[in-house]
Amino acid sequence: MTYQVPKFRNPSLPRNALGYTKADYEGSISSLCAGCGHDSISACIIRACHELSIAPHKIAKLSGIGCSSKSPAYFLGKSHGFNSVHGRMPSVVTGAAMANRDLIYLGVSGDGDTASIGMGQFIHVIRRNLNMVYVVMNNGCYGLTKGQDSATADQGSASKKNDPNPFNGIDLPALALQSGATFVARSFSGDKEQLIPLIKAGMTHRGFALIDVVSPCVTFNNNETSTKNYDYVREHARAGGIVDFVPMRDEITTRYQPGSTYEVTLHDGSVVHLHKVAESLDPFDRMSAMAALDEHRRNEEILTGLIYMDMDSTELHEVLGTSQRPLNQLSAADLCPGDKVLHNINASLR
Amino acid sequence: MKPLEAVNDFVIKFANVNGTGSASANHLFAKALFRMGLPVCPKNIFPSNIQGMPTWYEVRVSEEGYLGRRGGVDIMLSVNPQSMPSDIQEVEPGGYFIYDNTKPLDRHLVRDDVTTIGLPLTQICSDQYKEPQQRKLFKNVIYVGALAALLDIDFAVLTALVSDQFKGKEKLVLPNIHALELGHQYAQANFECPIGIRVTRSDKVGDKIMLDGNTALGLGALYGGASVVAWYPLTPSTSVIDSFERYAKRLRIDPGTGKKNYAIIQAEDELAAIGMVVGASWNGARSFTATSGPGISLMSEIIGLAYYAEVPTVVFDVQRAGPSTGMPTRTQQSDILSAAYASHGDTKQVLLFPSTPKECFDFGALSFDLAERLQTPVILMADLDLGMNDNMSEPLHWDDEREFDRGKVLNAQQLEDMTQFGRYLDVDGDGICYRTYPGTHPEKGAFVTRGTSRDEYAAYTEKGEEYEKCMLRLMAKWETIKEYVPGPEVFLASQKTDTAVLFFGTSEESSREAVDYLVEDGIYLNAMRVRAFPFDKEVEEFLHSHERVFVIEQNRDAQLRTLLMAEFELGPDKLKSVLCFDGTPISARNIRKQILQQIPGHNITPLRPEQAADDAGE
Ligand SMILES: Cc1ncc(C[n+]2csc(CCOP(=O)(O)OP(=O)(O)O)c2C)c(N)n1
Ligand code: SF4
Ligand SMILES: [Mg+2]
Repeated sequence: MTYQVPKFRNPSLPRNALGYTKADYEGSISSLCAGCGHDSISACIIRACHELSIAPHKIAKLSGIGCSSKSPAYFLGKSHGFNSVHGRMPSVVTGAAMANRDLIYLGVSGDGDTASIGMGQFIHVIRRNLNMVYVVMNNGCYGLTKGQDSATADQGSASKKNDPNPFNGIDLPALALQSGATFVARSFSGDKEQLIPLIKAGMTHRGFALIDVVSPCVTFNNNETSTKNYDYVREHARAGGIVDFVPMRDEITTRYQPGSTYEVTLHDGSVVHLHKVAESLDPFDRMSAMAALDEHRRNEEILTGLIYMDMDSTELHEVLGTSQRPLNQLSAADLCPGDKVLHNINASLR
Repeated sequence: MKPLEAVNDFVIKFANVNGTGSASANHLFAKALFRMGLPVCPKNIFPSNIQGMPTWYEVRVSEEGYLGRRGGVDIMLSVNPQSMPSDIQEVEPGGYFIYDNTKPLDRHLVRDDVTTIGLPLTQICSDQYKEPQQRKLFKNVIYVGALAALLDIDFAVLTALVSDQFKGKEKLVLPNIHALELGHQYAQANFECPIGIRVTRSDKVGDKIMLDGNTALGLGALYGGASVVAWYPLTPSTSVIDSFERYAKRLRIDPGTGKKNYAIIQAEDELAAIGMVVGASWNGARSFTATSGPGISLMSEIIGLAYYAEVPTVVFDVQRAGPSTGMPTRTQQSDILSAAYASHGDTKQVLLFPSTPKECFDFGALSFDLAERLQTPVILMADLDLGMNDNMSEPLHWDDEREFDRGKVLNAQQLEDMTQFGRYLDVDGDGICYRTYPGTHPEKGAFVTRGTSRDEYAAYTEKGEEYEKCMLRLMAKWETIKEYVPGPEVFLASQKTDTAVLFFGTSEESSREAVDYLVEDGIYLNAMRVRAFPFDKEVEEFLHSHERVFVIEQNRDAQLRTLLMAEFELGPDKLKSVLCFDGTPISARNIRKQILQQIPGHNITPLRPEQAADDAGE
């Protein structure tokens, strides 16, 4: 059963540049387990979109299947959503984005949805650099089918009901970097301060933005022997690049130490302040990002924050040379060459 | 044995080696006859191989205008030593065997009821050309030149064709004409020309054109307004996309900016291709994919999603011989059931059955109107025979007054004026609800599209009553669909009869020819060609008004018959099968034979499937 969130119109709620309150970005009440990391990520998405002042109906939210993939129903109630089938969200977004380049595409997936059944489509949507944000709510297990290990579960990690996982865990940011992703970040559902600006930066990035969010499953994989429980993640997370996102319109207030801070102007004029914490990381250099990921992994640490960003990224529409006008807005006059042309074609076939 | 004699009515078959450039020479031959005003029906029978395996090209010439396979071969032209022993066996008694006699024909292959004509093709080529590539390519052109003399083909027509063919590459024109002349002269000097079988100019072609169904499908999609194309290469569907792209590069470029008014994505597999089509259609662009049987299998999960979530989806299935990889370069109509009921759960999919290139164009464009009007997948069922062979066809036509039917889509103003929007609310009582594109209105019309059960307002529900209501509405929609899909064609016999044939797609030409033959056997048959699934009332009445109906199709399991039986709850007594599934197009003689076997008094042996297979190769 789904309920609409009751709408209180509190005049004192803060409004963004478009006059929307945060409530305008909410969805129906979540049916996920109380304490599920996925709900915290939804809350961050709501705040990021509100703070970015994106009109909710200009976002399309798409997902696959899983607890994680249910969450689009729980945020952005004024946006169209598409809860597709298991592992195939990347292709559905690709088609949607080809049809209308003017919307913002937010894909939500799980680690099962992405790293197992959807692995092929995941790599290929990265490779095409589709203009979208791809959020993986990564809990190291299949929540919806009751806790089986997923392909991102760390080797040796044991969920509530399974023996220690004998297989190597797939590291999604590393894989994304290797596949040519132009924006790669990782965060933790328990770290709103870090996650919200990352979502904002990802939404403004031109091209594919992966945000892998460790998101504990309180029901099946939050036990002591798991490496994706809240405490473990809190203790082992190491920030790489911290992002402070400043939209185009706002004044820049945060100041970091010179030398460790980059100011990156995005294509729409907004600015990302990137504060580098991990010494070895140069987030504008793919090799450095890959090395840093590897190094932290070997130290049993989880590198979080912005890991890599390509500022000169060319997204799929640019690569294909499609018209600036969204394809779904072309009229029959633009699309159909008419009978006279057909007449000539006929003549060439005699 | 007296050699066969015929004017403008014969079957010639070329036996070549794949990858030697024979296809274009054989095409030149067929096109020359077409330009002489003769109805021709060329069929390319090729292997799943790039170079080295046997390949055949069969051309039916019929002044009467029969365009299907007749069965039997009157002239065999074989330049492939590998297939020669079986090639010569295929020739009709009294027929002709033309071959490369640089190496003499094995003595025990010689048949005394067949006229053999030797052309020293390899010899001529090694005398004339130094380059191995030239020797290989011109060998084919030389035999076309020889055929021109043997069959009395207008040489000027051939030279004009060569000039057309190499427009822009003029350097190639003269050498090709020279090769034609070499063959022509050799034949003229060494044989009495023409032989018993020959051609004369005629006027039976009119304004017809010659093209393959896949090219027509690509054009149909272009004219139908498709702007997002997603696909994964798969024989025999690949050239649909090639065609779309070729024409789009010319006809879909924005004049102001030079940008493309289309996007083509070569997907990572068919699951992705269909996902992209569904995503694009959901977002308001016209979109399609082209595939074949293996692709349909992979796409089935998402076809079911599109059925249940009611997203317009267009798929062109150019069928080939299955199961599995089957015979990937041979034709069949064997995806009927897997397409009609594609995906798990209770599903029914709209199918269209074109039978000519013109219909590929028309139905190709129509699929988008249907998919959007009916908010459901539309699967167009072509096959390799139609898709990849040059077929003589009515010219293509587009009505410039025609508008795209975008179906029930609400715009911002309509949403604004509405009190309550329900995505799955059957407002009009026809089972088709109103949809909205993402981004239409800031406050109204948004919903979550999903493959899970939902209520009329698109909210997730697990209530059995809500689910049932939705499934029943989809059945009500199925009734509405019958009013929109192309109805059947009926051809009545000249005498009253209680027996009929029913066929679809590429079985049409051979079936109609067989019906004509059977009149000579004293058997009168009414005929129906179905053009779509769901079947409408007219199909039902046709079946009910006949005692016995032969369902002619190109698969082993009588799939269309099964579909008819399931949809109309008919018993097996009424519907009989005529089948061909050896991978070649069904022939008229084969159909006649199978019908005779099943009509009491003509032949009492019941039809066994093995028999159908044996006969099919006729
Ligand atoms: C084709 C198919 N196979 C299997 C399933 C069953 N299934 C549903 S969700 C799921 C795994 C989800 O895991 P994940 O993506 O990590 O999401 P989570 O529930 O952990 O958030 C599986 C295997 C399915 N829905 N479809
Ligand atoms: S099972 Fe796990 S992933 Fe699913 S809702 Fe519950 S806590 Fe979240
Ligand atoms: Mg999971």
